[in-house]
Amino acid sequence: MSDAITIARHALREAIRRRVLLVVGLLTAAFLGLYALAAFEAFDSLDRTSTGGIPIDERALTGGTLLGLAMFVALFLAVVLAVFLTLDAVRGDAERGLLQPLVVRPVGRTTLLAGRLLAASTVCASYVVIVFLLAALITKAAGDFTPSSLVVPAAGLALGVVTVVAVSLLGTTVLSTTANGIAVFMVFATGLAAGLLGQIGDGLDVDSLTQASSIISWVVPFEALYQNGLHALTSDIGGATGVIVQLGPFGGASSVGAAIWPWAVAWSAAVMALAALAFKRRDL
Amino acid sequence: MTAALTARALSKRYGRTTALEGVDLEVAEGELVGLLGPNGAGKSTLVKIACGLVRPTGGQAQVAGAPAGSRAARASTGYLAELFRFPSWASAEEVLALHQRLARSDGGAKEREALLAQVGLAGEGDRRMETMSKGMQQRLGIAQALVGGPRLVLLDEPTSALDPGGRRTVRDLLVGLRERGVGVLLNSHLLSEIELVCDRVVIIDGGRVVTEGRPQDLTAPGGVEIETSEGVRRLPDARRDDVPRIVRELVAGGTEVYGVRVVTGTLEDAYLAAVVGRDT
Repeated sequence: MSDAITIARHALREAIRRRVLLVVGLLTAAFLGLYALAAFEAFDSLDRTSTGGIPIDERALTGGTLLGLAMFVALFLAVVLAVFLTLDAVRGDAERGLLQPLVVRPVGRTTLLAGRLLAASTVCASYVVIVFLLAALITKAAGDFTPSSLVVPAAGLALGVVTVVAVSLLGTTVLSTTANGIAVFMVFATGLAAGLLGQIGDGLDVDSLTQASSIISWVVPFEALYQNGLHALTSDIGGATGVIVQLGPFGGASSVGAAIWPWAVAWSAAVMALAALAFKRRDL
Repeated sequence: MTAALTARALSKRYGRTTALEGVDLEVAEGELVGLLGPNGAGKSTLVKIACGLVRPTGGQAQVAGAPAGSRAARASTGYLAELFRFPSWASAEEVLALHQRLARSDGGAKEREALLAQVGLAGEGDRRMETMSKGMQQRLGIAQALVGGPRLVLLDEPTSALDPGGRRTVRDLLVGLRERGVGVLLNSHLLSEIELVCDRVVIIDGGRVVTEGRPQDLTAPGGVEIETSEGVRRLPDARRDDVPRIVRELVAGGTEVYGVRVVTGTLEDAYLAAVVGRDT
């Protein structure tokens, strides 16, 4: 375990020294600034134009939609971060000659991978949770909107990002840097498309679409975790407002059940086991 | 005594390409073995199998009695790859400290300081990789390979980026390793380096060992050159012992002799005879 921590610290130091975290921090601050501007403006316009006669809780609709958007952006940014922290961890580093001096040490290739997983997961999961919570704080300050749950969406985002880190680490054992980056974003896009597909299926009442969406979201569990989190965000908003909000701004929101948590953990472990096997068999 | 490195019937195929075929090799403790061969001969593959980066297709290799690639073998091995890099953001100290932790070396700052001094980088510990020349990085690579006091050191083209002074430093370092009982396998195209420092030379071509022996045994006599009043005479079959007789005969025959040079073959001659001779 101490070797994995040594590798993780090395990877984290690299992210800091290469100013990856600084750039991400600055861009995130810009996003949160824009988000705050949008949130304050949106709630302010509600106060000015609200007629009071419409049977929709506009404050809840606005708050839920804004925070859903923030959730999506936080996930997207964290996925970008996850991909760039890991996409060249094995094959890319081996091609550049960075990996060999480490692999010949009595550490073990699995430990090396575990270290990279630990570093990227710590950074990305912390990042996504912090961004999401800051967005929730801004939404609260702007419109006094409190989501139904903060824990489930935050935990879902964190675990979802870890599954993406695992996919990227598996990819880097077999694919070149560019190919791996493309592959992981394709997987991510597939998950998002599945969510939209489910939304369309729900809207048009087409079971096959809904079912396909459900299967895909479990195959790429970050999507199921995202949907689950999005649902938990606004689950206590009822009536017509609830129906509209549950559609979600980016992908459908639906409760996928408690089984998603152990499934996502087991799925990530299985992907990492495959990555370790592929890495072990790879000639460097 | 357990050999630092033993390879028996070692073979490696990459798809249809055979990189190594039935290679037997041994590096004793305190022995410097030079590995020679043309590009694509299988030298780097052999070194990579020894340090666990590549899995052999057949045969076996052992480092200090442990199967090559095993944790115990890697704990006894120091390795400098032909193409290697350290993170550009890291300092020399940080690189060595990382490798100390991974090699479980408890040498601390004292070991780092000593290693940097051995490779001629004393006082450069805080210097970042991105500000180092290729030669300095190669020196640091050698220092990194020596972290933790390995029993076997595998060096793949360790002096390719070094100036003559740097090569001299590395030669002295290798001699020091031999004195400490460390086995060294030195893969290099610089025949003069190997000739100067190695106890034994192994020449590989086409994935097979084509010849091996001590440098002085591999270098054949090259005849005698005599500078006379009639020009330079070359006697390719003559040996050192023949010189007095040849000079006597020339002088007796009225020829003025200005100089005599006994020509000895070089390792390059031996290498070319072993490698090019096979190809032609």
